[in-house]
Amino acid sequence: MSQTDVSGGVHRRSFLIAAGAGGAAFAAAQFTPGIALADKALTAQAIEKAIGDRKPIEGRVTIDGPEIAENGNTVPVGFEVESKMAGDDMVKAVHIFAEGNPRPEVANFWFSENSGAARGAFRMRMAKTQNLIALAEMADGKVYMGQRLVKVTIGGCGG
Amino acid sequence: MSRPRVRVPRKIKKGDTVTIKTLIAHKMETGVRRNKKTGKLIPRKIINGFEAKIDGKTVFKAALHPAVSANPYISFAISPEKSGKIDFVWTEDGGKTFTKSAKFTVA
Repeated sequence: MSQTDVSGGVHRRSFLIAAGAGGAAFAAAQFTPGIALADKALTAQAIEKAIGDRKPIEGRVTIDGPEIAENGNTVPVGFEVESKMAGDDMVKAVHIFAEGNPRPEVANFWFSENSGAARGAFRMRMAKTQNLIALAEMADGKVYMGQRLVKVTIGGCGG
Repeated sequence: MSRPRVRVPRKIKKGDTVTIKTLIAHKMETGVRRNKKTGKLIPRKIINGFEAKIDGKTVFKAALHPAVSANPYISFAISPEKSGKIDFVWTEDGGKTFTKSAKFTVA
């Protein structure tokens, strides 16, 4: 995924909103790069708290959400980890993080031998367009990671 | 508030993995909102924990943070070996709990 593509899309969207709702949305879009950086650091901290210094391996985890969420107050999110859910090939836990929320932690899920599959779904709040990260902790200690960018039209963090 | 609702298949084929859906009515007050009149922070009150047990044994557990939407919906999978009862417990900040249970048969 190329970074320029992504921000280009966001920018154009912000511009459309600004055209309709005045300059506020556009001004906000101008400031997002700096905030996003701080959020990344916060997210890294939260991830370290959850999995320690283990390095996540990309793959095996899919996190699913809408491409564009119109209402940031309730964004449906689903996840699934490829696993036999038996023996060593067993998912112990899945941790969900949001890079662009005031607090990166979203939810943690733990599974058992009777889970059958490491999948789930829930609804979450998203303050703005951002990247969601799902980490899967396996029984053998490995950590896998999946990501998903969700564009948010109207942020949902109360106020 | 609350009124937990769950959807559990009554009959499960042996070896099958089925999806359980749960929903509970709750404001999930984030703790960062302010009262518009007084300007004071509204204290955080969310459902912070969820657990599902089959015949007393934990099959699925979740920890929720303020980023989870109001009226939290959680779905997950189970693959039980034999017929039994599944108990659901939601825990609110402060320790108050809400429960619901359902029976299913495995054949």
